[in-house]
Amino acid sequence: MSGPTLLHRSDFPGGLHLEYHKDLVAGAPIATAPIPPQLVIPLAQHVGTPADPIVQVGQHVKRGEDIGRAHGYISLPVHASSSGTVTAIEERPVAHPSGIPARCVVIDTDGEDAAAEPEWATIAEPETAEPHVLRDIARAAGIAGLGGASFPAFVKLNPAKPVDALVINGAECEPYIACDQALMAEEADQIVAGIRIMLRALDAPECLIGIEDNKPQAIAAMTEAAAADARITVVTVPTRYPQGGEKQLIRTLTGREVPSQGLPLDIGIVCQNPGTARAFYRAVVHGEAMIDRVISLTGLAMAQPRNVRARIGTSLGWLAGQFGGFSETPGRLVMGGPMMGIRIPDDGGVPLVKASNCLLAMRAEDVRPPEPAMPCIRCGACADVCPAKLLPQQLYWHAKAREFDKAQRYNLFDCIECGACAAVCPSHIPLVQYYRFAKTEIWAEERERLAADAARVRHEERQRRLEREAAEKEAARAARKKKASGGATAEDDPIARAKAAAAARKQQEAEPSADTDAQPAPAEADENDPVARAKAAARARKTAQTETAASSDTAPEASTASDDPVEKAKAAARARKAARESSADEASSDAATDPVERAKAAARARKAAQAEATTSSDTAPKAGGDSEDPVEKAKAAARARKAQKQAAEATPAPAPTDGDDTQPEDDPVARAIAAAKAKKAARNASGEGGGA
Amino acid sequence: MSATSSPHLPVRRSVGGVMARVLAALVPGIVVYVLLFGPGVLLNIALAASACLATEAAWLAARGRRLGAQLKDNTALVTGVLLALALPPLTPWWIPVLGGACAILLGKQIYGGLGANPFNPAMLGYVVLLVSCPLQLSLWPAMAPIWEAPADSFQQLAVAFSGDWAARMDAISGATALDALRSGLADGLSRSELAAGGVADLFARGHAWMALAWLAGGLWLLQQKLIAWQIVLGVLAGAALFALPFWALDPGSFASPAFHLLAGATLLGAFFIATDPVSAATTPKGRLYYGLAIGALTVIIRNWGNYPDAIAFAVLLLNLCVPIIDQYTQPRIYGGRRGAEGGP
Repeated sequence: MSGPTLLHRSDFPGGLHLEYHKDLVAGAPIATAPIPPQLVIPLAQHVGTPADPIVQVGQHVKRGEDIGRAHGYISLPVHASSSGTVTAIEERPVAHPSGIPARCVVIDTDGEDAAAEPEWATIAEPETAEPHVLRDIARAAGIAGLGGASFPAFVKLNPAKPVDALVINGAECEPYIACDQALMAEEADQIVAGIRIMLRALDAPECLIGIEDNKPQAIAAMTEAAAADARITVVTVPTRYPQGGEKQLIRTLTGREVPSQGLPLDIGIVCQNPGTARAFYRAVVHGEAMIDRVISLTGLAMAQPRNVRARIGTSLGWLAGQFGGFSETPGRLVMGGPMMGIRIPDDGGVPLVKASNCLLAMRAEDVRPPEPAMPCIRCGACADVCPAKLLPQQLYWHAKAREFDKAQRYNLFDCIECGACAAVCPSHIPLVQYYRFAKTEIWAEERERLAADAARVRHEERQRRLEREAAEKEAARAARKKKASGGATAEDDPIARAKAAAAARKQQEAEPSADTDAQPAPAEADENDPVARAKAAARARKTAQTETAASSDTAPEASTASDDPVEKAKAAARARKAARESSADEASSDAATDPVERAKAAARARKAAQAEATTSSDTAPKAGGDSEDPVEKAKAAARARKAQKQAAEATPAPAPTDGDDTQPEDDPVARAIAAAKAKKAARNASGEGGGA
Repeated sequence: MSATSSPHLPVRRSVGGVMARVLAALVPGIVVYVLLFGPGVLLNIALAASACLATEAAWLAARGRRLGAQLKDNTALVTGVLLALALPPLTPWWIPVLGGACAILLGKQIYGGLGANPFNPAMLGYVVLLVSCPLQLSLWPAMAPIWEAPADSFQQLAVAFSGDWAARMDAISGATALDALRSGLADGLSRSELAAGGVADLFARGHAWMALAWLAGGLWLLQQKLIAWQIVLGVLAGAALFALPFWALDPGSFASPAFHLLAGATLLGAFFIATDPVSAATTPKGRLYYGLAIGALTVIIRNWGNYPDAIAFAVLLLNLCVPIIDQYTQPRIYGGRRGAEGGP
């Protein structure tokens, strides 16, 4: 029998030894928490786009029922964790580093815990099932990585290239956290069953399970459960923080290194958490959506530390109260471990989510005091422990000085935010905070740059348009001269029309405030507004044609397109693209209420108008009334121009694009942003794996 | 920024704690120093440290900074003690005071204080004294073990405050081993005579015993991981390896590697001075090169320069080179790529 081919014991650089306190919860088996009277279920529990709620307030839902639908590819549905009535869909406090509340579905439970029918067919023999069927179940069941980063599992189960090995990250290297440890000791069979389904879904030849050597019970149980399958090998790895970092564990197990800013898949490896494997098994074979997880209620201020299985959406503070509460007022409550966890409000009033592997109640004396930091003395203790072999002090200098380009040159984005550097810094500098700050600023800059690129392209197009219009004006003047001498009279004469239009435009350019006298239209208050001017020009053109179209109220709606500047920029860019690509067809005057649609239509119309204008000397215009109406087109053009101007004004202001719900495929800028976002999400997922 | 984000654990180490342990590691050497050369060094330590602390406090107060945390970080204290240890044990009282003030002002605070100084403050203060008051820094008392004449030892303290310091020093000063090497060669003493002296001479004059005591404290610092082993190894290897070929080819003209390691301030410098983190190189490889260059430069200056000892100059010269050393010694990070791209 051949052994595992990828196993090549190695070691990751840096790291440090900590006081683990894992024995706090190790004594008792996993308890089952009661169903709380109220569940608060965030729609964003995973890396990626939040789910869209698909329930109404007042609606009754059952356990396992879909309440949020996945939005986009990197997203997951959200399910009701118990039966009850939806009482609100609103922003509630959640565990997040920023402390910003997030959209949640609130369910008042009815205590029945009635189950809904699963939305997928369960599979009794999953190891012969089609991989795509298994992946679809992983998605439909809302399975996110349970190690702490919460990356949608189905994405990682859908590799774009052959996979050499599945790595199960059972290292659980952070102090206090012991939920994976308990799960591996108690439910090893189910985990192994899940691993086998994952191997099937990935078409991977082998699986390496890495478990730190301070978890002998988990190692024994997993080894026994995996004994029957030669493809699966349990490997005992040294206990050293952050062994559970995805990249670190892969190095330890295989000697391979995930390329800088790359993904494990780049070296043929997919990494999953044991809890995720178990959840996958439960979903495929038993039809269970991800509605609960095991969480360690622990810490030296916890009265009865315990591993419990609790429903997603349970208030963490309430949950602690169900198991004896606190032995003293905690100095700090943390969701996750002491190295990478997120501080939560002191009442614990945030819901348990798929990422909640631990509720840590720290004693006041164990909390990092809020003392001011001393200056860096460049001692290099941080560099000695950095598992990515970065130079944390250089990153700190550059982040502090806001020299983000230099911080990037020092590989800021290879930082996994494990906190080892900050844990040894004798100057007590909150290093990780500086890195997060720098990353956030760089992401904002990146978005800004993308928007600025779009603005530049728009500006160039505008320059071209102005030149064209100048030439047009010149032609019109020449035509008027000719007319004055020749005396052409026909009102529908294209030359006369072009001339009048040019004259009107010239007038409004020369004296922008003078065009109100003739127009009783609603938008006149804003005399300096280019939109108003453009409308005036359009109206003048209309007058020249003596046509009777009556609409003059169209411009203001462009300003309602969106309040988000990035959104607007993207919409404008998309519109431009559309204008470039589409010929002057189907310019819809009834173009729906969607601002994007409107902008696109406007751009298309503008293109049409331009084409019309440049060829007007040899093309007789049709009568008004249909969508080819030049008045309509001119108005649309004005609208598009307004949108453009707003976008150009708005570009310097960065705005978060999370939750962005446009169709990225329409537009290169949006596509680039979407790509950057996806990459960032992937990076986050791999980086935050340190909490596993 | 407040420390409310991860990690949430308190940090056991502190700058003040690190510096306190550096001071503790100096104790064995200071004890030997006092035993062999009398209590003069203690007076110097007291004067230099007080001057450093007073200067730092005055400067911080003038800048309107918090005094408490900065004075308690013990860094000024370490600067003062290292400066005092570099001085001869019996100097006029104003020498350590002036040196301490220069070290803190010119070596540290004018750059922005702790963490911002490009030069080792103690060595900067020492060099200011060396070029300004060469006489006062060149007269070392001969070894006078305290157990042989304890009363004399304490009477010597008065020398520091006496008006006719130079005259009184003449009576008790003796050449150090490095002086002997240099002046011996200058006097045309036969080289074989000098070679015969060598390391044995070092022990006879007392300096080698002190060197061994610095070594003991330094090894403890290494074991505590408070100093960078690359720098220590670099300085020692640099000095020994550079001295070796010259000594091997012409032992009559050049001292042996062992002599260079035990003479003067080589061991004090390797463990306590070159390892000052603020002014040293920061990358692992860079620290090794930094140390190697200091060791080699020390031997060069001793062999061919005009000053008897050279640690201070070697360290300051290498402080100047730190930015470029760091620039070109970036470690390969996890995931394959080299560190920061080369080039300024």
